Amino acid sequence: MSVEDRLYVEARRRKGLWEASRYRILRRITQGLFLAVFLTGPLFGLWIAKGTLASSMTFGVLPLTDPFVLVQSLAARHWPELTAVIGAAIVLAGYLIFGGRSYCAWVCPLNPVADFAGWLRQRLGVTHSARLRPAFRNYLAFGVIAVSAVTGAVAWELVNPITAFHRALVFGMWFGLAGAGAVFVFDLLVAKHGWCGHICPVGAAYGAIGKASLLRVAAPARAACDDCMECFAVCPEPHVIPPALRGEKTGASPVILGADCTLCGACIDVCPESVFRFAHRFDTRTEPARRSSGAMAEPIASTSSLAKG
Amino acid sequence: MNANKNSKGGLANPGRRKAFEDVARFGGGAAACAVMLSAFAEQSRARPAQALRPPGALPEKDFLAACVRCGLCVRDCPYKTLKLADWGDGPALGTPYFHARQIPCEMCDNIPCVKACPTGALDHALVDIGKAKMGVAAITSRETCLNLQGLRCDVCYRVCPVIDKAITLERTHNTRTTKHAVFEPVVHADYCTGCGKCEKSCVLTDAAIKVLPVEIAALKQDAHYKRGWIEKEKAGGALVDAPVKLPTRLPDAPLPGVKP
Ligand code: SF4
Ligand code: SF4
Ligand code: SF4
Ligand code: SF4
Repeated sequence: MSVEDRLYVEARRRKGLWEASRYRILRRITQGLFLAVFLTGPLFGLWIAKGTLASSMTFGVLPLTDPFVLVQSLAARHWPELTAVIGAAIVLAGYLIFGGRSYCAWVCPLNPVADFAGWLRQRLGVTHSARLRPAFRNYLAFGVIAVSAVTGAVAWELVNPITAFHRALVFGMWFGLAGAGAVFVFDLLVAKHGWCGHICPVGAAYGAIGKASLLRVAAPARAACDDCMECFAVCPEPHVIPPALRGEKTGASPVILGADCTLCGACIDVCPESVFRFAHRFDTRTEPARRSSGAMAEPIASTSSLAKG
Repeated sequence: MNANKNSKGGLANPGRRKAFEDVARFGGGAAACAVMLSAFAEQSRARPAQALRPPGALPEKDFLAACVRCGLCVRDCPYKTLKLADWGDGPALGTPYFHARQIPCEMCDNIPCVKACPTGALDHALVDIGKAKMGVAAITSRETCLNLQGLRCDVCYRVCPVIDKAITLERTHNTRTTKHAVFEPVVHADYCTGCGKCEKSCVLTDAAIKVLPVEIAALKQDAHYKRGWIEKEKAGGALVDAPVKLPTRLPDAPLPGVKP
């Protein structure tokens, strides 16, 4: 039985249905909430948040601005009004506490689309995946800033499928759905975790914040890991796991410090041994090895390819 | 990593070569994407002549550097004048605009759209809506404008919020009937805010008066034409001492300096 086929089975048996799907459910709830606050206004005339994910105003007092958008605007040599600057500072501070790419897993409206494509890919047994590198999105993020500087326009917003999708949903600009559709097809047919994992410069920008963010996922019970490899199979950025999970010998921190980690908590959900949990960056405590109940007797073959993603 | 010991670096080293290839490949790919994005950004500067920006909008080039396409201006416009541009609408994707013929700007006293703008793409220095320059109206079709046919329509003039300043009716002679007057609607760019009420209200199927963006209406005076009366005002007096005395040249008058 391949890793894909037995995902969550053991976790559900050992931890129960709730603990084995807790963070996925919570993520869908926050994603829904972040959309709902923008939708109550146009739908019911009850205004909570106005605007879009590029810049918004909540209850007329709380401005929020995407820092990456602001950087592009600065590169295009516009000095924004204070509202946008304060908004970006609040977002920056928020993600410095709550973990950089947590935007990707907990807020971004494209995440459910990408997740669905990934799920369908697995269901349909699509194995082909173009060879891309996560670093590509970093190059692209710099490229976007350069383009903003050269053309003097906020460049990424001309094509950004996240805000296009968000505008489609909250402003009824239905062509924006095409962007989400393109991401879906790309993730399904071209590359696994193609968009979020390799292309999206917005995620790269939040990842840069994540390099210093306080909230992280850690593997304090790494001694209990029995190499079932399920975490590698569910993780959208599996290269971030080994330094923490396998860091026992080198004495590396059990905290997943890789900025690409989206703090999705899938590894926490899926791990039958409860190796992972949310922690803060400086929490280097580890738990001593405990006796496994030994349910995983099956040998694991050819999982190294998974680990490389 | 140990491979590094085998050679002194350079591209013969497999690890380095791979790293170099990666940078070249993905960096190159990103650069190619960036070039395409630049081309797209340049292309999306072209804004249709009938798509007007909200009050206080910076000149188009600066506007595209400043507007983050958040739609807060759209949300706070009480008349639903403003829209965000979707694909195919013309203006750069996600930027706010309006069509005068659909819903014109009602020139709100407190200018909520400008106040809502977090970036200053709509310039917060605009506090008097009368000073807005969303565009400039012009009679674009003298052949169909009813007033110019000698009829009394006057609608654009009547609806103008800046009546008698932005639009006046100038009385001229009706050369067709030879005994009537023509009341020609004339727009004065100094006062016209480009709100579009006139274009919206024009009774013709195709409006004879249209609001054009300032860049198209070309309101800039060429610097190389010196207008004497303005130079005089700036200098606070005449620029030459007195009128130059020119010789009188009557047929019989003696030529100066020539003895009869
Ligand atoms: S390491 Fe865990 S929390 Fe981080 S992205 Fe992977 S599965 Fe999600
Ligand atoms: S001035 Fe009023 S009517 Fe005109 S665009 Fe702004 S909010 Fe809308
Ligand atoms: S509020 Fe300002 S930044 Fe937002 S869409 Fe309108 S003009 Fe652009
Ligand atoms: S656009 Fe038309 S109605 Fe508005 S100020 Fe100008 S002339 Fe008057």
